[in-house]
Amino acid sequence: MSGRDVLVQAQDLRKVYAKPTLFGTGEEFVAVQGATFDVLRGETFGLIGESGSGKTTIGRMLLRLVEPTSGFVGFDGHDVTRLTPKGMRRLRQRMQIVFQDSGSAFNPRRAVGEQVAFPMRQFDLCPKNEVRDRVVDLLEHVGLRADQADRYPHEFSGGQRQRLGIARALASEPEFLLLDEPTSALDVSVQAQILNLLQQLQEERHLTMLLITHNLALVQHMCDRAAVLHHGELVESGPVDDIFHKPQNEVTRRLLDAVLEPVAA
Amino acid sequence: MTSTTLGQKVVSPVAAGDTVAAQIKSRSRPALMWRALRRDKAAVVSIGILVFLTLVAVFAPLLAPYDPLDGDASQRLEGIGTPGHLLGLDGQGRDILSRLIYGGRYSLTVAVLPVLAAAPIALLIGMFAGYFGGRTGNAVMRVLDVLFAFPVVLLAIAIAAVLGPGLANVMLAIGITMVPYMARVVYTATVQESAKEYVEAARAAGATQAQILRQQLMPNVMSPLVVYGTSLCGLMIVLAAGLSFLGVGVTPPAPDWGVMTSDGRSVLLEGYGHVATIPGLVILVAALAFNLIGDGIRDALDPHKQTS
Ligand SMILES: Nc1ncnc2c1ncn2[C@@H]1O[C@H](COP(=O)(O)OP(=O)(O)OP(=O)(O)O)[C@@H](O)[C@H]1O
Ligand SMILES: [Mg+2]
Repeated sequence: MSGRDVLVQAQDLRKVYAKPTLFGTGEEFVAVQGATFDVLRGETFGLIGESGSGKTTIGRMLLRLVEPTSGFVGFDGHDVTRLTPKGMRRLRQRMQIVFQDSGSAFNPRRAVGEQVAFPMRQFDLCPKNEVRDRVVDLLEHVGLRADQADRYPHEFSGGQRQRLGIARALASEPEFLLLDEPTSALDVSVQAQILNLLQQLQEERHLTMLLITHNLALVQHMCDRAAVLHHGELVESGPVDDIFHKPQNEVTRRLLDAVLEPVAA
Repeated sequence: MTSTTLGQKVVSPVAAGDTVAAQIKSRSRPALMWRALRRDKAAVVSIGILVFLTLVAVFAPLLAPYDPLDGDASQRLEGIGTPGHLLGLDGQGRDILSRLIYGGRYSLTVAVLPVLAAAPIALLIGMFAGYFGGRTGNAVMRVLDVLFAFPVVLLAIAIAAVLGPGLANVMLAIGITMVPYMARVVYTATVQESAKEYVEAARAAGATQAQILRQQLMPNVMSPLVVYGTSLCGLMIVLAAGLSFLGVGVTPPAPDWGVMTSDGRSVLLEGYGHVATIPGLVILVAALAFNLIGDGIRDALDPHKQTS
């Protein structure tokens, strides 16, 4: 990874969920601990783990959508964990997220074009009278039609909604894209389309991506480096080839065994 | 399914600008909502009924055949179809139709105003408690739970007793009593919606708390509030009558549908059913109409129904 600098940095991230009860805090649950890794500029980094292993929690902490209990998140030299609300809002323009469940990722009561336009308006990226054209461009770019901008989320298929999710994430022209299981809810052929779209976009826009998934085949297909998560702790990380060919950890080996055949796409 | 998502890119119109402009016009939100509401026959009929009742109440002095307060004791309790008195006369020989016509002035006001006044307050409390949650949110809802424990009528009486009698105070009392109930509905909806990813998406796009509350959550918690609020309207008429019966509401002999019904109760067992039944039916119809309008508004606000 010569010459590439670090864009996103996670250091000793820890998240403890506590169930609040009537009297003080109840039992605590450690969702993530000791998570340390770097995402280099321009690469796709994979975060692999079984359901409930804490993948989403880590991802959200990187974007500070979930407040870490302790630890440090860096983004291009900014201390994300310590930014003021206002500073954080400004930084969000550069980091975006595509959600796992496209069904709830859009407000059911607003036209999707309006929702794709929101980041543009919010970050004041272009003159007001150009927002509409930019939205239309973006929709067409991800494979949707201009006239679909005025439709509501329920009028789209899962695959189309995921395209919308990508369009919205790109609306603020970010450098970093967090993909939280972007295809796990889609059937195989649509998965391949979405992945190809993401790869194409990454090349065009020089995106840095963090791909969260439970599917090792996806990591092999998409990622340069990856980390394996087990019960909230990183058990292995490094170049994807090493993880696949020289797994150091029992968990990784189990995950590899679970992948019956390499990804077709 | 899968091939269309790709195929659509190919057929995307070249003159996108024109199409989009046309689309915006033909799909404007209020127009779609109005269309959805109009399609809902029950809601349309209900609106008709309430508009009719309201107009009748407004023009009561022109429409009422008799003075609603003056009775003719010689004709007391005569039944439906008595010459000159279409709906008969009550226990004090007053024309029931005239009292109904005037009664709408009180009853419709009492049905709508407290709910309308309580709704924004409940919306505010419920959304704040539901969205910010934590200790403050919990504390707020616990306080409301305590208010729940009081019987509604008792609470309303207490408030009305403090404020003094009079229609305005009664409405204020009823409105305050309804706040916890409506806030609870908003709270539940807000907690539910806040957990959804579109709220997180807005935050990720730099939305402020105020923007999330107003643009994302409010449209989604309005529907349950509207449905619940309109379902309370009918109850308000009855509640106001209960208060009046206890001496803190509309003061007799002023006509009020609820009061008329409870007046009629005393002669019900003597076989003069019409005195209580007629205003009771009017309350029933009005309450039903409010409910159906609530359902109609909910559907009209629902994008699923707008575009089908
Ligand atoms: N808000 C919360 N409160 C309490 N516990 C939580 C909360 N969010 C997540 N958890 C718990 O933390 C653990 C990790 O959750 P997370 O969503 O990060 O897992 P995940 O790896 O993304 O799983 P999946 O593949 O199913 O999406 C889970 O056991 C979950 O129950
Ligand atoms: Mg997850």
